[in-house]
Amino acid sequence: MSEAIEPVIDVEGLREEGVDLALAEQVAPDRDISVKVGDALVEVKNLTMKFGGLTALDDVTFDIKRGEILGLIGPNGAGKTTCFNAMTGVYKPSSGKVLLEGQSLGGLAQHKITRRGLARTFQNIRLFGEMTALENVVVGLDARHRTSVGGALLRLPTHVREEKSSIERGMALLEFVGIADHAHFLSRHLPYGHQRRLEIARALATDPKLLCLDEPAAGFNPAEKEELMTLIRTIRDDGYTVLLIEHDMKLVMGVTDRIVVLEFGKKIADDVPKVIREDPKVVAAYLGEPEDDLA
Amino acid sequence: MLGGQQHGPPSISFATVTFTVSFTKHQEEQMLSAAVPSLIHALPMVVPMDDSWISFDVNALAQNFWSATFDGLTFGAIYALVALGYTLVYGVLNLINFAHSEVFIMGCYGVFFTLSALNFGPSAPHLSFWAIVGNLVLALVVAMIVSALTALIVERVAYKPLRKRNAPRLVFLITAIGVSFTIQYLLYVWRGPSPEPALTMFRPTPIFEVFGTIIDSQQIVIVVAALVMMVVIDQFISRSRTGRGIRAVAQDPDTATLMGVNKERIIITTFVIGGLLAGAAALFYVMKIPSGVQYNGGFILGIKAFAAAVLGGIGNVRGALLGGLLLGLIGNYGQVLLGSSQWTDVVAFVVLVLVLVLRPQGVLGSSLGRSKA
Amino acid sequence: MSTTDGPTLLPSAGAQQDAVDRESLGKQKKGWFNGLGTRWNGLPRQKQWLYLLVIVAVAYLLPILNIPGLTTEPGNNWPLALAQMSIYALVAVGLNIVVGYAGLLDLGYVAFFAVGSYTASMLTSPDSPYVHIPYLWTLPVAMAVAMFFGVMLGIPTLRLRGDYLAIVTLGFGEIVRILATIIPAMKGQVGFQNVGHPPGTDSSGNAIFLNSNGAPWYWLTLTVIIVVLLLAGNLERSRVGRAWIAIREDEDAAEIMGVPTFKYKVWAFALGASVGGLSGALFAGQVGFVNNQKFDVVTSVLFLCAVVLGGTGNKVGAIVGGALVAYIPLRFTAIAEYKYLIFGIALVIIMIFRPAGIFPARQRLLAYGTQVYNKFTHRGSDTPPGGQGEAVGGAHVAGAEEKGAQA
Repeated sequence: MSEAIEPVIDVEGLREEGVDLALAEQVAPDRDISVKVGDALVEVKNLTMKFGGLTALDDVTFDIKRGEILGLIGPNGAGKTTCFNAMTGVYKPSSGKVLLEGQSLGGLAQHKITRRGLARTFQNIRLFGEMTALENVVVGLDARHRTSVGGALLRLPTHVREEKSSIERGMALLEFVGIADHAHFLSRHLPYGHQRRLEIARALATDPKLLCLDEPAAGFNPAEKEELMTLIRTIRDDGYTVLLIEHDMKLVMGVTDRIVVLEFGKKIADDVPKVIREDPKVVAAYLGEPEDDLA
Repeated sequence: MLGGQQHGPPSISFATVTFTVSFTKHQEEQMLSAAVPSLIHALPMVVPMDDSWISFDVNALAQNFWSATFDGLTFGAIYALVALGYTLVYGVLNLINFAHSEVFIMGCYGVFFTLSALNFGPSAPHLSFWAIVGNLVLALVVAMIVSALTALIVERVAYKPLRKRNAPRLVFLITAIGVSFTIQYLLYVWRGPSPEPALTMFRPTPIFEVFGTIIDSQQIVIVVAALVMMVVIDQFISRSRTGRGIRAVAQDPDTATLMGVNKERIIITTFVIGGLLAGAAALFYVMKIPSGVQYNGGFILGIKAFAAAVLGGIGNVRGALLGGLLLGLIGNYGQVLLGSSQWTDVVAFVVLVLVLVLRPQGVLGSSLGRSKA
Repeated sequence: MSTTDGPTLLPSAGAQQDAVDRESLGKQKKGWFNGLGTRWNGLPRQKQWLYLLVIVAVAYLLPILNIPGLTTEPGNNWPLALAQMSIYALVAVGLNIVVGYAGLLDLGYVAFFAVGSYTASMLTSPDSPYVHIPYLWTLPVAMAVAMFFGVMLGIPTLRLRGDYLAIVTLGFGEIVRILATIIPAMKGQVGFQNVGHPPGTDSSGNAIFLNSNGAPWYWLTLTVIIVVLLLAGNLERSRVGRAWIAIREDEDAAEIMGVPTFKYKVWAFALGASVGGLSGALFAGQVGFVNNQKFDVVTSVLFLCAVVLGGTGNKVGAIVGGALVAYIPLRFTAIAEYKYLIFGIALVIIMIFRPAGIFPARQRLLAYGTQVYNKFTHRGSDTPPGGQGEAVGGAHVAGAEEKGAQA
């Protein structure tokens, strides 16, 4: 606890945006993070990923600072999702490493990486269809729970406490992403936009230090994208760090603090949105595709 | 197989090596009802002390090494043919077709009925060489047709409706075992519990001797014919248009469909090819084990063939051949070493588990899509 | 909607209505016992307990009631039939943990049943030269031994895809039978006579738990079932149950969401095995004789059929399914000969036309979820009429069809 560094939360700013502060408090992460706001929370070092003869990621290095929204962009096939998968343990990197708070994530099982504090959503929604929205979120919360078979069989006090708190926190998370009134629906019956939001809620439930969103706006109309941008900002303002993979340049430019651009598996730019927009290399990478029509 | 036999000295001579599948419960019961009363009296003193049920007889293995090898290869060739059916379907559909063992046993019934109609019986027929060949080819064709038809019907009735509605994997597997079960018990209702009377196709004649072990015509016929078929299939998969389609669907069904491959037709073709090979295996199986035609005769052989497919690398055509031959050898060495023919099944199972633990992708790796050659 | 790459494209506005429409569509498709689960979950807790009490009381009275039409007599002794049905029901409850919750296909479940039977008989039968312990103590021992085998078999195979588990368990089921034949200590065909039974004599000094007297065995097994059911319910409404269902729904996603999937798969397998062992021990005691002829793979498929019939994932359904699988051949002796054929066909037909079984029911995975969900029912305008009942309570046949679209 002593080492924890509390982030400074811009309460006024949040109130202006119309955020329910009590709710935000409930949803906010309650874990100790050992790096200061603004320091590197995640460091990706010389990450290389080869599939047979194909090099999908070539010596990619960047870091993600605590408290920021980092955009990871690039044309199709640039290696964005591969980078994501290598970070979250889906793929084993050919070389290079990923550090979270200075500690390597290499060789950890996926569920352990999640417990360390890296959560993600999926490009193609992967909810547990036969569970209700609330249950989906509670599965995420379970990542922080300790009860196993023994405790559940005998309904030990820890189990009871965890179960009770998970209902409260689960509902708070659903409310936070704006689908609390759908808590009781099977997730496969939820409308598409709600499913996307539920994925975010489920990932937040694992209490991540870094939240990775893989094209969360895919299939959204402009109005929905606008709402999503607000949600992502609120998530950051609530104390989370966000890594965002996105196709839609408008969304990325509008919401991120910094952008890393990949092309053919290599990093070609890493700067604030304003500079990226003007960067000739980035423009060249997207040549023929006017920025605003990328969605 | 008998409860009482296990107390005798383990028999190692290869004349007595039988295939364990071929006994039913009922048969055993009949045989045993006579033996049991005396055994009950004899047992209390015999059982705990008797440790001859398992041996580790290296001498026996050394003595019988070559005969075990050749016999193992013969069984292996049969396993390999059946294993191909599993491998192809698995490669294309990612599904263990549990009913493949029944596709195979239907072929055995096809062989049985054809040869019965041609007046083959328990003793070797007195026919000219070419007459026998002609009859066997006829039986082979019938078996292949019966097996292919069975495979086709199974695919249409059981799997296609599931595929259409995109059912979860578990549903496929349960349906597969249900179909297998249904066919078994249709046969049971139709033919009863006991095996069909034995059929001898020809008397195995010694052809030549290797390392002091006689190789007979039967072994040669089986191994050579199986090898030829495997080569044909291998070439078919790698060269022909349909084969390319099969590989494409195995690699990426969606893209293959987009590229104009008719997925449904490829799936049917795959099932039919698997069926044809199972039919061929059926002929050789009946040749090797004349009294093995029985309603549940395919079951253990199916598991072994699947083990062979996994051993070689499931989804890999050459892997099936290699896996089959290896499993045939391992099973035979195992039973000589451990002293009872029953151990073949146990050994095969242990091999399957070991492969899954140590090298789940199999010896040759496991992709039909990627096996270019 | 600007693009078309979403799986279920629905505009936000009116989406709720659509969801409801789909629910009701699903409802029309579902068959026989649809409303049951829904109505049940709508009942207040006290009423649920009351109904349960009545059902349990009737269940305990069954051997005495011997209702005409329902009874298996004159063909088969009714209490003995009940004892067998209850053992099958217990087996189905155990297998349901593996197949229904975790979605792992165990085709050699009979092997664990056999392990339990042999454990009980080798520790109690006078034919066995080993240590003898009182029969009731063999129940936990049988559970432990079966669990051990479950873990030993699970560890190598559960890391791999589900198909391998199916074939390995299928092989294991056969191997146990073969080993029982080969290994002299297990006495093959001859088997073990006079397996022990629980103590106690009636007023005239005869043992209560006779092989020929089904009722006490039925009552014992029924009690065991109730205990197992309560414990399984505890697991279902906990992190464990949620982990299992998550694994069943999407194993990779579960792992990424922090579920230690391998660990929970091994748990499912081990717990399922231990219930199998327990039922095997009860079976050995009730029949009083164990040999290698009783545990063929065919029986495994019957067990599977019991689970599928009742509705995979539904523990109450599993009981009914298990009881039915035992009951039908005993009641309708004319078709008993064809039972394997009938259940084989049933398996295929259910999977093709009604994959959710007779009693489709969704697992309830939150220990304190009811209160939250009930809030929605009382909010009125927030939730469209009828929406919540189906959503939480109930039946979900349409599921299988739509799942693919989401992946």
